[in-house]
Amino acid sequence: MSDQFKPIPPSEPGTSRRRFLAGAGAAGAAVAASAGAALAQQKPDPLITDVQDWNRYLGDSVAAHPYGKPSKFEKHVVRRDVEWLTASRESSVNFTPIHALDGIITPNGLCFERHHGGAPEIEPSKHRLMINGLVDKPLVFTMEDLKRFPGRTSKIFFLECAANGGMEWRGAQLNGCQFTHGMIHNVMYTGIPLKTLLDEAGVKTNGKWVMPEGADSAAMTRSIPIEKAMKDCMVVWAMNGEALRQEQGYPLRIVVPGWEGNMWVKWLRRLEVGDQPWHHREETSKYTDLLADGRSRRFTWIMDAKSIVTSPSPQAPLKFKGPNVLSGLAWSGRGTISRVDVTIDGGRNWTTARLDGPVLPLSLTRFYLDIDWDGREMLIQSRAMDDTGYVQPTKDELRKVRGTNSIYHNNGIQTWLVRANGETENVEIS
Amino acid sequence: MSRFRKFSAFLLLAVLAASPALAKKAGLGREALPEEILAWDTDVRADGVGLPAGKGSVKAGEEIYLQQCASCHGEFGEGAGRWPVLVGGQGSLKGEGPEKTIGSFWPYASTTFDYIKRAMPYGNARSLSDDDVYALTAFLLNMNGVVKEDFVLSKENFAKVKLPNEANFYDDDREKTEKHFWNKAPCMKDCKREVKVTGRARVIDVTPEDGNKAIKVD
Repeated sequence: MSDQFKPIPPSEPGTSRRRFLAGAGAAGAAVAASAGAALAQQKPDPLITDVQDWNRYLGDSVAAHPYGKPSKFEKHVVRRDVEWLTASRESSVNFTPIHALDGIITPNGLCFERHHGGAPEIEPSKHRLMINGLVDKPLVFTMEDLKRFPGRTSKIFFLECAANGGMEWRGAQLNGCQFTHGMIHNVMYTGIPLKTLLDEAGVKTNGKWVMPEGADSAAMTRSIPIEKAMKDCMVVWAMNGEALRQEQGYPLRIVVPGWEGNMWVKWLRRLEVGDQPWHHREETSKYTDLLADGRSRRFTWIMDAKSIVTSPSPQAPLKFKGPNVLSGLAWSGRGTISRVDVTIDGGRNWTTARLDGPVLPLSLTRFYLDIDWDGREMLIQSRAMDDTGYVQPTKDELRKVRGTNSIYHNNGIQTWLVRANGETENVEIS
Repeated sequence: MSRFRKFSAFLLLAVLAASPALAKKAGLGREALPEEILAWDTDVRADGVGLPAGKGSVKAGEEIYLQQCASCHGEFGEGAGRWPVLVGGQGSLKGEGPEKTIGSFWPYASTTFDYIKRAMPYGNARSLSDDDVYALTAFLLNMNGVVKEDFVLSKENFAKVKLPNEANFYDDDREKTEKHFWNKAPCMKDCKREVKVTGRARVIDVTPEDGNKAIKVD
């Protein structure tokens, strides 16, 4: 292992002081010697010695914010878009600021958006869900009908756009994990299993595919095989405990766990059962993977295991030498994250990171590695593994199989170059 | 033996009757009316199932296209700005800048009809008649060299139209062709000798300005 990289073992009583001294290394003595002098020169902190306004005057009343917002000092933590990416901002995408978030749950207002005809405003009393096609009895539901169904359930899942990282196939392009990996979010959904609704209508024996359709001006459609529809798909009206946000499909969307975000049709108004896939626009001209030989894979639904170091990253540079928390996210559409390894020397040596918080199937998983940084340049990568034994490949390993034209499903390992001044850059390495 | 079998069957029935999970319908919602299904179920499949009655010529399609579509997709389907290119691109799929048009890439003509009918023109969806959609589809097929100039597309002849790239699509085979990505013991130590930076996002410089800010290390 590189000597600039000293992972800190899980904290035991009495280790924190040792850890600090180890981190200071040879310079430790000098720092200690100057510390007394520095203390003598220091002036008392007026933030402590003076009475501050917020300590003297009354704060906001409980009626000031009926729906709370983040502190104004967090106004930089927002979704951002890349204007040159698309022709119009109604058929476009913005990105989750994953560099500024922690834990595994994405706040509702920061979940990335992707729509194909703008986000419609639908009054829930005017929304209908129809089930038709190869069913015993075609049905229509109101939102109130849906909320009365037995078997309501809440589950956490990641949603990743198939094109997350799509701008990076030919090489490092965008400086920030918000832009390279921010087409992802992870929330707790509340609704009913799709199976409940399909059973209510009664799927005929030749019903092999289900097509969700949106009520928006793009009337988005995708073909979902019946096995997946019956296994774990959900029809949901809530995220993180409150109603879906308009841009996430209010009042109703479908959840297709572990599979590409485009299939999670928002503003869901219809489910059709058929005996064949429909081969609509979003599963032929888009969301198919063009390979180097000119042929294309279709129905590449599963999102393979992937990870990203969110801190440090270009938008979250290192500011201090010594103790730092390296942090990131890992996920897999095939199952549960079993391990994440991290390198800071460009892949020569790897250390297994600590998975923290709930480690759930088909959910974002948080990892941490506590490091001491001596100020030397680092080439940081993370490598996810899932419980099927899949190991996140390098970008070059992916390109060897797929070429550089596939746009979708780029789950290659990301490299950050951290310079001596802490500045962090998106690079590719040999 | 037969008594035992009868008893087992009885037991099974008893279990079934007691199980609340077993396809017991909630009785919620109401039956969808034929008019309602007709209004929403407009989708068209690759084999033509779902096509409405109607027809439209290449010539009629050209007129509608110039009025309703050309401002975004270009007079010749070449695409204005970053709007989708609809025509051309043959032979480009293996190159550096593949152009994925109806003629060069899309596997089925039905997708064109279905998509125009459900979502075009952009910002004024579902405003075209079925004959208009047939005509526009015919025009785009003609521009892509799939049908002749005097062609009239209809529900009856739709299934005969084949697009050239159909055979080049195949189902996801990652579990076979990328089997080597499943690895029980990835390398942890001394995995490679030297590491060089081969590419940098900064050189390309396309990141939105406010994405980053100046920093200083203490």
